[in-house]
Amino acid sequence: MLKVQIYALIVSTVILLGVLELVRSGRLKENYAVLWISTAVAMIFFSLFKNFIDKLGFLVGIYYTPSAFFLMAFLFLTLIIMQFSVAISKLTERNKTLAQELTILKTRMNALESGGVPDDKTA
Amino acid sequence: MPDTLIIIPAYNEGPRVAGLVSKVRSYSPGLDIVVVDDGSSDNTASEARSAGAAVLQLPFNLGYGGALQTGFRYALETGYRYAVQMDADGQHDPAYLEDLLRPVREGKADVALGSRFMGLGDYKATVARSMGMKLFGGIASAIIGRPVTDPTTGYQALDREAIRFYASEFYPVDFPDADVLIMLHKAGMKTIEVPVVMHTREDGVSMHSGFKPVYYVFKMLLSIFVTILRRNRFRKTGG
Repeated sequence: MLKVQIYALIVSTVILLGVLELVRSGRLKENYAVLWISTAVAMIFFSLFKNFIDKLGFLVGIYYTPSAFFLMAFLFLTLIIMQFSVAISKLTERNKTLAQELTILKTRMNALESGGVPDDKTA
Repeated sequence: MPDTLIIIPAYNEGPRVAGLVSKVRSYSPGLDIVVVDDGSSDNTASEARSAGAAVLQLPFNLGYGGALQTGFRYALETGYRYAVQMDADGQHDPAYLEDLLRPVREGKADVALGSRFMGLGDYKATVARSMGMKLFGGIASAIIGRPVTDPTTGYQALDREAIRFYASEFYPVDFPDADVLIMLHKAGMKTIEVPVVMHTREDGVSMHSGFKPVYYVFKMLLSIFVTILRRNRFRKTGG
């Protein structure tokens, strides 16, 4: 096995174990762990079986194994970051809604506490 | 009981807001006013309250569109039939409130947009803003089928269906602009432009300044493009 394969194997395994520990201790949610685990497992596989990564590389015109390996890692990481962007978009929208609803409630509560009847024109 | 709410989003307008609220009240005594304090670091909220306006105080800054939308959510939940949005910096002349509300109250339109370029007043925009407005105004005109002279006006009167739309998830809070006009059209709502006077800002930092022109153009093009393609969107109901 090439030296670089051994290092790739070590790093991928460390990432896999790290992710599993984060999930176990509740600091990483399962749905975000799925892509990380897939990435780590794929990288372990590719570092063990050089032929597969070489063949994939040839398909797109890459003839240098480490480059093919990095390309695969890059694609997986892109997927992970895309998942984050989607999650952040949803969180931003919800955060905004919470701030707005909370503000309206505060105003109505203040009106109630200062003895007024809450404005309700639907009544 | 007033059936109309005037919504004024404000960020650090402490020195100006009480004067504005009084002025608005003098032109339209029968309407409710709410100032939405967008996480100001000064006394905007207390000043607005002392001038007699209702106040919605956001826990942190959401930006112009987010603050404005808070006002619309409040209008919707409270049951107002009509709403007017105006800026807190004094650029929108309150003398034109009734002109804006009239076509909406008469059922002639769902949204009346106050245009500063229809012959009243002498508002001068910078070259960059002019170009942006002509570009997106032109795109909006082509899609809506009527001339759009002021695509980015923040001085508008709305009926209940339009309020419902502005309060919904479909309203684009980061730069509500020509894309809103296109969405209104796609939702089946009627919009018209009404001539109003807008003044150039006397002092302080404009709410719309610090805007990154490149992001703005990119975001507008993307938003308009997506609106045309989007299937899941707001639709006007009986209202």
